[in-house]
Amino acid sequence: MNVTTTAAAQHTNTVAPLAIRGLSVAYQKKPVLRNVSFEVKEGELIGVIGPNGAGKSTLMKAALGLIPSIGGEVLVYGKSYKQQRKLIGYVPQRESVDWDFPTNALDVVLMGRYGHLGWFRRPGAKEKAIAVECLSKVGMADYADRQISQLSGGQQQRVFLARALAQDAKLYFMDEPFAGVDAATEKAIITLLQELKLQGKTVIVVHHDLATVQDYFDSVLLLNVELQAYGPTAQTFTQEHLQRTYGGRLAFLDRNLQSPPPSGKGE
Amino acid sequence: MSEFWILLTGALVASCCGILGVFLVLRKMAMIGDAISHSVMPGIVIAFLLSGSRDSLLMMFAALVFGLLTTFLIQMFQNSGIQSDASIGVVFTALFAIGVVLVSLYARQVHLDQDAILYGEIAYVHWNIWELGGMNMGPKAVWLLGFTLLVIVAVITIFYKQFKLCAFDPALAAAIGIPAAAFHYLLMGLVSMATVSSFESVGAILVVGLLIIPASTAYLLTDRLGVMIMLSVAAGVASTFIGYYAAALLDASIAGCMVCAAGVLFAAALLFSPTQGIVVKKLRLRRLAS
Repeated sequence: MNVTTTAAAQHTNTVAPLAIRGLSVAYQKKPVLRNVSFEVKEGELIGVIGPNGAGKSTLMKAALGLIPSIGGEVLVYGKSYKQQRKLIGYVPQRESVDWDFPTNALDVVLMGRYGHLGWFRRPGAKEKAIAVECLSKVGMADYADRQISQLSGGQQQRVFLARALAQDAKLYFMDEPFAGVDAATEKAIITLLQELKLQGKTVIVVHHDLATVQDYFDSVLLLNVELQAYGPTAQTFTQEHLQRTYGGRLAFLDRNLQSPPPSGKGE
Repeated sequence: MSEFWILLTGALVASCCGILGVFLVLRKMAMIGDAISHSVMPGIVIAFLLSGSRDSLLMMFAALVFGLLTTFLIQMFQNSGIQSDASIGVVFTALFAIGVVLVSLYARQVHLDQDAILYGEIAYVHWNIWELGGMNMGPKAVWLLGFTLLVIVAVITIFYKQFKLCAFDPALAAAIGIPAAAFHYLLMGLVSMATVSSFESVGAILVVGLLIIPASTAYLLTDRLGVMIMLSVAAGVASTFIGYYAAALLDASIAGCMVCAAGVLFAAALLFSPTQGIVVKKLRLRRLAS
């Protein structure tokens, strides 16, 4: 069963899924993001990388309107994100919620449907069927009734991904989905990302592991308060750009990027 | 008849508090409930001074205003960089102190004594009767609490999924367009209402016990939110009954015994909960070891 519904099908034009212009964010007068502008292409997997405190999560939260920006504009398929919420899926960092909350895996995935239900409708049989299907896509169907605190870290992350799938969006924001997961989950996430890409969806992923950037992402965005570089991974994930983003702090640079990365590896 | 009215009043307080307490506990805001229950006091006194009576809608409204003011001030102080527990402490003690000063200044005019506000007087609940066209409608507190419970049940039922998501994952709630801040203030408004309706019967201090203890008991006994709400109400109502009869037996404070009973139930759940109980966990370990 395909969960693609009408809300997502309306937009088949060439407007960029996400266009950010001059976005700036400050916490208590300290700039966290300064004048960031970029535009993503539809159907791409985009990795956002940068050192700790570079503003990667902030970029995501500001784009989603979760925190106030002090300047700039965010357009989702040409309109303000407020008008396009049903087109956006969001996977927050796993640590951002309390996994002791009294609920089970299926219920968490159902929460992904709340945006489609409007103010007063409650999730019914149709929503449950969608949620079960999303759980099985991440290999978690057997754990539907499991209390969420009894799941491993990787399984919890997969429940979060299933919830994002249930949102049935066209543009996904994922905040460090690979952080602290086991190998099976990492593989499940990567399969899922590829599948989303095949369906023409756009996925923006905050990522930490530089060793896998070339394997996972079509485009890469290097961030350190300001935008350092953005473009196709083959041309952008270079020693020069990484040095500029991370400063001299990175042993990875010397070992892995002596020669220019082979092109097309990100496909 | 007095026994019936006291038990009904207690059960209504326990139900109001039990439902809201679940959301306070899950959002880790138990102490905000404490803060609100104290800082509505100046509101109550001001309303009393203005209207000269204890059962006006004005009092409910004033308490609501002060409850939301408390929530707002705590949030504001936190945003300006003060530790969250410190900002809660600052706001509620300051507002409560204003209430204490007001009571001591005008106590003779308003017949509102500090003991009643702090500890309640549930034993006298049946003396304060609502008369409608000469007809005895029963205690005013019961009507007030019944109305409050109705509002709470209606609001929580209608917006169940919003409250649930705001409690579990406020970031996702905001991302899909649920006005998380509005629901935060709505919840705090309900807590203020519950507090002011309850304070006459159980007092400002003990109402916190009924907000937090039964909800914490329920938290130990289930892993479903809906079940947790029902268990919380059940634990609260059970505490009222146990507390009332214990008080009769000991000739002690009724409200005090009710909250003590809630504490005993909590201790029992802590020890014997089938999933999280200390005793059960020990037994399970021993079985694994042998």
